[in-house]
Amino acid sequence: MSGANDPYDPKQVAALSPEALGEAVTAAQKAFTEAADLEALAAVRPAHLGDRAPVLLARRELGALPPAARSDAGKRVNASREAISEAYATRLAELEAERDARVLAEERVDVTLPWDRLPRGARHPLTTLTERIADIFVGMGYEVAEGPELEAEWLNFDALNIGRDHPARTMMDTFFVAPENSGLVLRTHTSPVQARTMLSRTPPIYVVAPGRVYRTDELDATHTPVFHQVEGLAVDRGLTMAHLRGTLDHLARQLFGADAITRWRPSYFPFTEPSAEFDVWFPEHRDGPRWVEWGGCGMVNPRVLVASGIDPEEYSGFAFGMGIERALQFRSGVGDMRDIVEGDVRFTRAFGVEQ
Amino acid sequence: MRVPVGWLAEYVDIPAGTTVEDLDTAFVRLGLEVEEIHRPEQVSGPLVVGRVLEIEELAGFKKPIRYAQVDVGEGTPRGIVCGARNFAVGDSVVVALPGAVLPGGFEIAARKTYDHISDGMICSVRELGLGEDHTGILVLGSDGADVPPPGTPAGPVAGLEDVVIELAITPDRGYSLAMRGIAREMGTGLGAPWRDPGAITPPAWSGEPAWKVTVADPERSDRFSMIAMEGLDPTAPSPWWMRRRLAQAGVRSISLAVDVTNYVMLELGQPMHAFDRDAVTGPITVRLAREGERLTTLDGVERKLSDDDLLITDETGPIGLAAVMGGASTEIGDTTSAVLLEAAHWEPTGVARTARRHRLPSEAAKRFERGVDPEMTVVALARAAELLAEYGGARVVGGLVDLDTRGPRPTIALDAAQPARVAGVPYTAGQVVELLGAVGCTVETDGERLAVTPPSWRPDLTDPADLIEEVVRLAGYDDIPSVLPTAPPGRGLTDVQRRRRAIGRALAEFGYVEAPSYPFVGTASLDALGLPDDDPRRDVIVVRNPLSEEEPGLRTTLLPGLLATLARNLSRGQRDLELFEHGAVFPGGVRVPAPLPGVDRRPDDETLAALLGAVPEQPWHVAAALAGHREPRGWWGPGRPAVWADAVEAARRVAAAAGVELTVRPGAVAPWHPGRCAELLVGERVVGHAGELHPRVCAALELPPRTSVMELDVDALPPAPVPVGPRISTFPPVLIDLALVVRDDVPAAEVADALREGAGELLEDLRLFDLYTGPQVGDGRKSLAYALTLRAPDRTLTSEEAAVVRAAAVAEAERRTGAQLRG
Repeated sequence: MSGANDPYDPKQVAALSPEALGEAVTAAQKAFTEAADLEALAAVRPAHLGDRAPVLLARRELGALPPAARSDAGKRVNASREAISEAYATRLAELEAERDARVLAEERVDVTLPWDRLPRGARHPLTTLTERIADIFVGMGYEVAEGPELEAEWLNFDALNIGRDHPARTMMDTFFVAPENSGLVLRTHTSPVQARTMLSRTPPIYVVAPGRVYRTDELDATHTPVFHQVEGLAVDRGLTMAHLRGTLDHLARQLFGADAITRWRPSYFPFTEPSAEFDVWFPEHRDGPRWVEWGGCGMVNPRVLVASGIDPEEYSGFAFGMGIERALQFRSGVGDMRDIVEGDVRFTRAFGVEQ
Repeated sequence: MRVPVGWLAEYVDIPAGTTVEDLDTAFVRLGLEVEEIHRPEQVSGPLVVGRVLEIEELAGFKKPIRYAQVDVGEGTPRGIVCGARNFAVGDSVVVALPGAVLPGGFEIAARKTYDHISDGMICSVRELGLGEDHTGILVLGSDGADVPPPGTPAGPVAGLEDVVIELAITPDRGYSLAMRGIAREMGTGLGAPWRDPGAITPPAWSGEPAWKVTVADPERSDRFSMIAMEGLDPTAPSPWWMRRRLAQAGVRSISLAVDVTNYVMLELGQPMHAFDRDAVTGPITVRLAREGERLTTLDGVERKLSDDDLLITDETGPIGLAAVMGGASTEIGDTTSAVLLEAAHWEPTGVARTARRHRLPSEAAKRFERGVDPEMTVVALARAAELLAEYGGARVVGGLVDLDTRGPRPTIALDAAQPARVAGVPYTAGQVVELLGAVGCTVETDGERLAVTPPSWRPDLTDPADLIEEVVRLAGYDDIPSVLPTAPPGRGLTDVQRRRRAIGRALAEFGYVEAPSYPFVGTASLDALGLPDDDPRRDVIVVRNPLSEEEPGLRTTLLPGLLATLARNLSRGQRDLELFEHGAVFPGGVRVPAPLPGVDRRPDDETLAALLGAVPEQPWHVAAALAGHREPRGWWGPGRPAVWADAVEAARRVAAAAGVELTVRPGAVAPWHPGRCAELLVGERVVGHAGELHPRVCAALELPPRTSVMELDVDALPPAPVPVGPRISTFPPVLIDLALVVRDDVPAAEVADALREGAGELLEDLRLFDLYTGPQVGDGRKSLAYALTLRAPDRTLTSEEAAVVRAAAVAEAERRTGAQLRG
């Protein structure tokens, strides 16, 4: 090592000679490569990159050089140092990768283990199917209307052209509510929502009314005294049976696939005229393509419009209704009505939250 | 209505090659719903008409046995052993010869029985699969009757091949409850020529009216017709073809006179009644019943009459419940040889009331309620007289009684273009007139304006809409095109609808399974919940005609149904259950009757308000129930039993889904455990309860101990405010843990509230992370450890600021709850 004030010739300062720097680099590279693990690498690091490492000691000599020689030697020192650092980083990365691979392999778990700590819930398929149907209509611009299950007899029958002594009234198998003059029934269909809607709003009206209804049937494989319907009602200028058919066809395609079609059979409902029952055919039926009975429909009887204060000369309307249980039965292949009503979690869970 | 195809073919020229399936399709297209097609049972091998030549009574056996010589068209008669006795020499019968196979695979062979060779079998109705009538063998006709000769294949003669199509007739089509109406419909439907069996010109019976009759209430009977007949052979059997058709139609054969009235009803649609003339005393009056009058009807039931029941009376009093059922006192008996035949037209709604009042939905009442052709009364009498004369030897005596007070049928004005406007199908005026003609209407045209008189058999046709329906129906619904209308833009779902969906989804995602149940409750289920006598949930609305007398009420709480479903699942082997239900409940309370206004116009606003106001509020509730483990045991360790707190958390999830915050305080309400019942509030309003069921309730309902439930009134939750986005501070938080010791009975929620209040705005989050009771805090005390997160919106908090907040929080907790900072 030279004194600070000695005249200086880099060629005479051995530490700054290219040979010496080259040796330092080679020695470092060798030492790093030979380090077998991160600990060994850490152990050899100070000798080559620490304060007392040859390259750093050489750097100190730079100050003693005349300015003309300093630049040249400085570049050499820096290049050597970079080479050593790079060799270190390379080896460090290699060793870290080796360590990670080893440690992560040791941390391996059985990812097939179950983690069903929170039970899986479900919504009832009647609920989700009802929502699905309602949403199809909401998508067409309809609004979802509601009415009470315990309903005024007048709205359930009279307003719908089902007079006091009409045979259809006795055929409805109605639950009556005490006392005898209560004027209340458990609604036998969702149709009173039609009456409520027409009494409270002015056309154009496009509503769909899902809900729970009641008939005095005993529960068996095909009947339930408490069931669900979806009712649709449109009142506007110029509505025809063609519009009704278009609406039902659209619903059928949305629910049962693009190839679903509907068929009408003349029928009778006091609150619609003409009236029809409609069937749907779809190729995806679980028992093969077939016609299944689905619901009832028709043009709103002008008498019903009159009882609701709507002028039948100006407006016409159509209405339709269908059973949700029934649609669920043939859409999801449910053979026994009791499975739908008994609340067995095994049944409901099969449908998940949104199906 | 059961339609034998063979009978239909008598009136309609069914095109050759028309299959039963074609008929089925045609019925359905006409709106006559086919409920079932009854096909005859298979018979194979030789089955022929036979004529009984000789009968030898065989004695010495346990029962009387006959050995008959029967001509089966083979030259030599066959000897056949037979156990039945209802046939005589000269009768034509059906003989199954050896080799025949009867329904049920019953093979006929010549065999020795009762010491004779029986060379075949004389068949009964039941053996041929024709009906349940097993009173004896089937007699096709007695000596001289119009029966094909012996040896003729008997299948067609007995109607063995006859298919019966069973139709469901809608209430507007009373005329289709008879072959006459069906024939008209099918004539149109098949486009085939047809004959009207009602197109009979009645004979001009001469003489004074056969009986004195007064109709006191013509509003309820606008036509009453009657004839008298004498000389009826009371033993004369009904002809086989008639019995066969009655059987096919599902009507029991009784006697010739009764069978004829039933047959004519099926043929023409006119219900009739035959009185034993000798049992009728004095003039007949048709009048309303008087209070206290009684009548024993043909079914043997003594009926207390209402002053709304229309009667047929004689001097002795009531002898028939008009239009519904005859009286026992004038019933046709075994010796009746003189009859009064009645055919009338009754007002439909009155018939409906009487039939309903006496629970007598008789075949006659069913038809009168739905409308009968008033033109048919005399035609039906003529047809019945003809049949009774031919088969019973009876003759009409005296003249016709025919009290006819009908008014003219009003015409209906119809715009010929209207059917096209309703259906969206371009019918021409000519088509409209033609189709209305096919229905039987008389149509006068004045350009596009039609004046339509409906036929007498269609009382249902009163409005233009009724006529339009007929046009569209007969033209065919298949012609209607499919056009999707454009609705105006809608509002989408309402907030209430979205909230209900959100609640259901939140609970389902939280592990609960939705289990809707029937809303019927009874005293037993309310008792099981341990509700006190004055609990408002005991004030149930009662169904007058419940399915089960045990459960006549409508639910005021969701719990009975939900817990029953829980129990059902447990009984089916489930252990760990989380269930929920949401739906309407029906609180009782004081109610006023709902008015029943007319329907000729919109009810006035006051009436409408009264009507809507009389319908009780039906709030939407949600309830959840848990039993067993909330988290099952697994490879991670033991399970976690469901506890009261799970029920509270379920309620909180519901509230969160609804966008509101619940507060909780101790409650004590049935059916909850009094020490484990949380009262749930929004603001100061109690909206529900949650917690563990009372042990006695678990015992009464056979539920596992510690079953926990919650119930919330969703409609009581206030609307969710539009959320305000909080300012998110990016400055570092200060985390503080502190433990407070309070008396055991201090609710943790109060301590937390106090801490929150004391900490003020710098408090970002507060969480209870430990609860300790034990020797370190002493008896009757508990330690609550909270983690507080403090953060300022605009700066990094200093430790001095944090210390001030902490002290303020602790001080407020101490002030409110006596909390002491722990160690």
